[in-house]
Amino acid sequence: MSQLVVRFLLGGTIVSLFALLGDLLRPKGFAGLFAAAPSVALTTLALTTFAHGALWACVEARSMIAGEVALAAYAIGCVYFLGVRRSRTAPTSLAMLALWGTVAFGLYTALLR
Amino acid sequence: MVIKLNFAALKQTRWHEYAVRFILGGLITAVTGWLAERFGPVFGGLFLAFPAIFPASATLLEKHEREKKRKAGIPFTVRGRLSAALDARGAVMGSMGALVFAFLLVKLLRQVNAWLSLSLATAAWLAISAGLWYLRKHHPWARPRSG
Repeated sequence: MSQLVVRFLLGGTIVSLFALLGDLLRPKGFAGLFAAAPSVALTTLALTTFAHGALWACVEARSMIAGEVALAAYAIGCVYFLGVRRSRTAPTSLAMLALWGTVAFGLYTALLR
Repeated sequence: MVIKLNFAALKQTRWHEYAVRFILGGLITAVTGWLAERFGPVFGGLFLAFPAIFPASATLLEKHEREKKRKAGIPFTVRGRLSAALDARGAVMGSMGALVFAFLLVKLLRQVNAWLSLSLATAAWLAISAGLWYLRKHHPWARPRSG
């Protein structure tokens, strides 16, 4: 339980710091890089290495590769629907999570499981 | 194009918007840890790249742009959506950098200590992402007024 609380507090802090950097930086196109910053990964892998050792963290990092391919697909989908189709941001960015899930779990089933 | 810090942007964001990001970031980190404990690191690792705060950040970006235009007397604008699309385009490049981040960690974590591995991988993420952004910006095909 206490480990979950530590993860929550540390994760919230690191994610907020990267998001704050994204707010402050200009031009906006450059700031967008921080929308895909590995902030959750940094916190999780640091705590995982401490708790379970480097091998466990390595396995998580390998799966993260599949997650990142899904994230790229998610972001490309958002670029298309927001920039080309001019769809509303909130429903689009939430609906695209289904694309992330499809790609991530597809790669997990095909390559990782 | 010079990269700079715009501190005036801090005034646009309200405290509850910071709180939402903190809670979402904290939740996804805690849930990722729980998933890895419950279903193993192969499954849990997928969620290290879950776009947890992008929907919230992009929605805020659209809202701030809309408010700015409304104050200027323009009631309806798609500028906010275009700003969010620009943010997403940056996220495409950021995710390419994060791919390298993950590849490096798979190689480094077993050979050098965790702090050095994470520092090197983060530096690589920033270098690759910023390099891709720079290339796109200065590519002869790039449109002159795009961000």
